[in-house]
Amino acid sequence: MEILIKNGFVFDPINHINGERMDIAIRNGKIVDSVDESSAKVINASGMIVMPGGVDIHAHIAGSEVNAGRLLRPEDHAKDVEPKTPITRSGVGYSIPSTFTTGYRYSRMGYTTVMNPSMPPLEAKHTHEELSDTPIIDKATFPLLGDWWFALEYLSRGQIEECAKHIAWMITSTKGYAIKIVNPGGLESWGFGKNVESLDTEVPYFNITPREIIRGLCKVNKMLNLPHTIHVHTNNLGKPGNFATCLETMKCVEDLAVDEKPVIHITHCQFCAFKGEDWRTMSSGAEEIAKYVNNRSHVTLDMGQVIFTDTTTMTADGPFQYTLYELSGNKWVNHDVETETSSGIVPFHYRRKSYVHAVQWTIGLELALLIKDTWKIYMTTDHPNGGPFTSYPRIIAWLMSSQARKETLKKVNPRARSKSLLPTIDRELDFYEIAIMTRVGQAKALGLKEKGHLGVGADADVAIYKINPELTDPSKDYKLVRKAFERAAYTIKSGEIVVKDGEVVKHVEGATIWLKIKTSSPIEVSEDIKRRFREYWTVEYENYPVSEKYLAISNPKEVEASI
Amino acid sequence: MEIVKAVTCPVCGSLCDDIEVVMENGKIVDVRNACAAGAAKFLNYNCEHRILKPLIRKNGEFVEVSLDEAIRKAAEILANASYPILYGWSSTSCEAVRVGLELAEEIGGVIDNTSTVCHGPSILSIQDVGIPSCTLGQIRHRADLVVYWGSNPWSAHPRHIERYTAFSEGRFQKSTWRRYLAKIRALIAKKKLERAFKRIFFKREISVPPHLRYEPPPFLERKERKLIVIDVRRTKSAEIADYFIKVEPGKDYELLQALRMLIRDQEIETDKVAGVPVEYLEEVADVMVNCDFGILFFGVGLTMSGAKMRNIDAAICLTRDLNMRTKFVIMPMRGHFNVTGANVVSTWQTGYPFAVDFSLGYPRYNPGETSVVDILLRGESDASLIIASDPASSFPKKAVEHLAKTPLIVIDPHMNVTAQIADVVIPSAFVGIEAEGTAYRMDHVPLPLKKIVEPPEGILPDEEIVRRILVEVRRLKGIGGS
Ligand code: SF4
Ligand SMILES: [Zn+2]
Repeated sequence: MEILIKNGFVFDPINHINGERMDIAIRNGKIVDSVDESSAKVINASGMIVMPGGVDIHAHIAGSEVNAGRLLRPEDHAKDVEPKTPITRSGVGYSIPSTFTTGYRYSRMGYTTVMNPSMPPLEAKHTHEELSDTPIIDKATFPLLGDWWFALEYLSRGQIEECAKHIAWMITSTKGYAIKIVNPGGLESWGFGKNVESLDTEVPYFNITPREIIRGLCKVNKMLNLPHTIHVHTNNLGKPGNFATCLETMKCVEDLAVDEKPVIHITHCQFCAFKGEDWRTMSSGAEEIAKYVNNRSHVTLDMGQVIFTDTTTMTADGPFQYTLYELSGNKWVNHDVETETSSGIVPFHYRRKSYVHAVQWTIGLELALLIKDTWKIYMTTDHPNGGPFTSYPRIIAWLMSSQARKETLKKVNPRARSKSLLPTIDRELDFYEIAIMTRVGQAKALGLKEKGHLGVGADADVAIYKINPELTDPSKDYKLVRKAFERAAYTIKSGEIVVKDGEVVKHVEGATIWLKIKTSSPIEVSEDIKRRFREYWTVEYENYPVSEKYLAISNPKEVEASI
Repeated sequence: MEIVKAVTCPVCGSLCDDIEVVMENGKIVDVRNACAAGAAKFLNYNCEHRILKPLIRKNGEFVEVSLDEAIRKAAEILANASYPILYGWSSTSCEAVRVGLELAEEIGGVIDNTSTVCHGPSILSIQDVGIPSCTLGQIRHRADLVVYWGSNPWSAHPRHIERYTAFSEGRFQKSTWRRYLAKIRALIAKKKLERAFKRIFFKREISVPPHLRYEPPPFLERKERKLIVIDVRRTKSAEIADYFIKVEPGKDYELLQALRMLIRDQEIETDKVAGVPVEYLEEVADVMVNCDFGILFFGVGLTMSGAKMRNIDAAICLTRDLNMRTKFVIMPMRGHFNVTGANVVSTWQTGYPFAVDFSLGYPRYNPGETSVVDILLRGESDASLIIASDPASSFPKKAVEHLAKTPLIVIDPHMNVTAQIADVVIPSAFVGIEAEGTAYRMDHVPLPLKKIVEPPEGILPDEEIVRRILVEVRRLKGIGGS
């Protein structure tokens, strides 16, 4: 099928196109130079914005912890239902939508690619089964590897190549895309109900520290030539004073960077940018973090913005979730996974009038606005931890309009407001910068070469929003901006029109992108390793890997490792 | 002779995946590593109760028909019904459940699985208070205290103790089977012991699990694992326990509350709770508080007796309380091999684990109202599809009567009681033996089910049968596409 998108204001930062009026041509799922106008389907995009499809670098949309969250919260679903239509499957929201609804809601906002950032490797089949039931969007998923016994043992013995080979095996066999590290060392400690306090606390029984884990895996990441960097959820997440840990974490791999290229991604940075001694004195550490990041090039971040709403928190950080449960007294799910990781789930309501929650809200926006280079920080809510992904248009409005921020600031806890830097920040992002923060920068950080731009050869994933940048002043008309980003005028996925006027018009399957890593001498599957396997896990070696039949559409990327 | 290794056993929620099946000329001749129940399934699945041809009841009699005719008839029944129910799903693959949900949505019916009659209360409790849990390997490696409450793994999940708990060996825990062996030797006559052990362990070569390749330093060796069994009667599992608490029937709730009080260091005024001396309970509470990693497994003895859902609420709260003192987790002992999978798939597609009603076009969930037993008791459904389950032998009489009164489709390998009262019977293949798929272990670990032998001529897996019905329903309703 051929499509011609005519006359839109195109924002394509990778190709340095900043709102120029031009046509975009699509053939067989790819962007091409031109198509025959008389036979192609023509979309008149005049007066509208055309961008690459949205890319989300971090949203929990599938797998055992997400599903445990769904199970935990019938009250969350009953208030937000999606009836079946002749085209779409039914489902429920709100903070943890069912799989079909997740795919539809993303595509309705013009998003076409989503990273599922936390997959317990042992339960990888579950993640992939859900991803395959998540329509339209392309996705990839990151295995949790920072507390995996194999990795800890090899790293503590300094066998970095051996570690790299095993990580390569693991990512390839679980159909993963990047190395995810969550509270390194802390999750293993949580196996006996403990945690680690700093980057230099020794992990009990493993003779290794979080610093050594992060550095080790960062080196492994480089040896394997992975397209993304290590993706890190820091130690001490969600604790007052943790901005220091966050800075330490970024610093600890500074020397591993070459050619100004990023080597670490700090995810949902808002949750690790707290100053203060305790919850009473807790305040924003965004300024310190922004200052550090502004002078470095080895790190990228995402916001983890908080929204004032009722949501469901879920991370692999078992001890952090336990603290949340203790703080809130809400219901609590914990799920530890043998030899690998843990996870926890607690429903949570962020309230405007709460001092702590309001400070958290300001931190996310401060980070996004104080970090000067939008290529370094991306928009997320750590869905659903800070709020559901459906709140992105609201965040776009806050980023584009200081008036929008003031409106909300008026309603938040006064002590939080008076202590915050936010009222003094005038910066307002433009559409070009928004395109970078919501898709282009994310695609670049992920190493997704066919996504995040509209150059010839790119995947034909396109979002068209009904807003005229020449006639609209986002600073004042932020409500219009928000509306436009809530309901894409068109979403095109792999060259097919899937959304029109904010409604799904076609159900297509999305692909799962994963890495086939080639090492010169891969691990040998000897009887010995099978036995070791049997000792570490309660499943057989043969039953561990995820076969391709679990993927609705499989999109492997070959990676040539340097070992 | 050919040996198929790493086969997953499609019998109970332990879902052992180390089974070795010995084949000769395309037939299973021997099974290794499985318990008696597992082995029996692999060796005797093809028994005389097997249905080999689709059946339709005509003038009160079953008549053999072609598969196409049976599918068409089933689709007609479902397409014409206004409030059909689709029930079973716990002994089939996740792939079949996925198609089942799509069918239920298409016909605006209710889809429910067997958790509605076993661990339904556990699920409702989890939705109330949450659940601190883990995978089974976590127990094998770390637990120094294992509690079985209202479940008798020795007979219901025969390899559970050996593979995952007291007799297994992990990084931080040595197996305690030698200690138990000595203890039992003293307790029971030698003969009886040998018989019991032969059945469970000596069938495969006894393997004291080999030491970890990287010998852990000596400080890793922690306290000896302890086993507590709480039940209304002294079961086989109780005989190998360090502590056995015989609770009066229906008094589990009182016992749970008493333990909660003791754990919070509160005094109990009476001498006995639920028929158990308080002194003994104090000792048990001490063991619980002082362990490094404890696990409470509970079975239908707790979910289906006395206070039911309040029992589970209390058990989970007990576990939460214990987490203030140490690490403690809790897990339901799921029976059918894929009842967990049925819950999991239903949850990701609809948000709800069972009793999902699509009659308004979107998923609705209100157990007690949208659960199949209650719908049948109220006589509201006007057609039923039962798959991989035999409700006629377990549901209340009144519910079965309504099931029989309305058009009934059964998909099953066996001529079970429900099939005997059905209008359409479609024989299916045994998933895990004759068809592949995915199942979820009781701790939510997904495992592949293998196809080892060909099903009998013309017999399809559940997934395929349900898909064909769905396609036919859509054709009848004039909807194209898949
Ligand atoms: S314990 Fe259960 S799963 Fe394991 S072999 Fe026996 S019946 Fe099969
Ligand atoms: Zn996250």
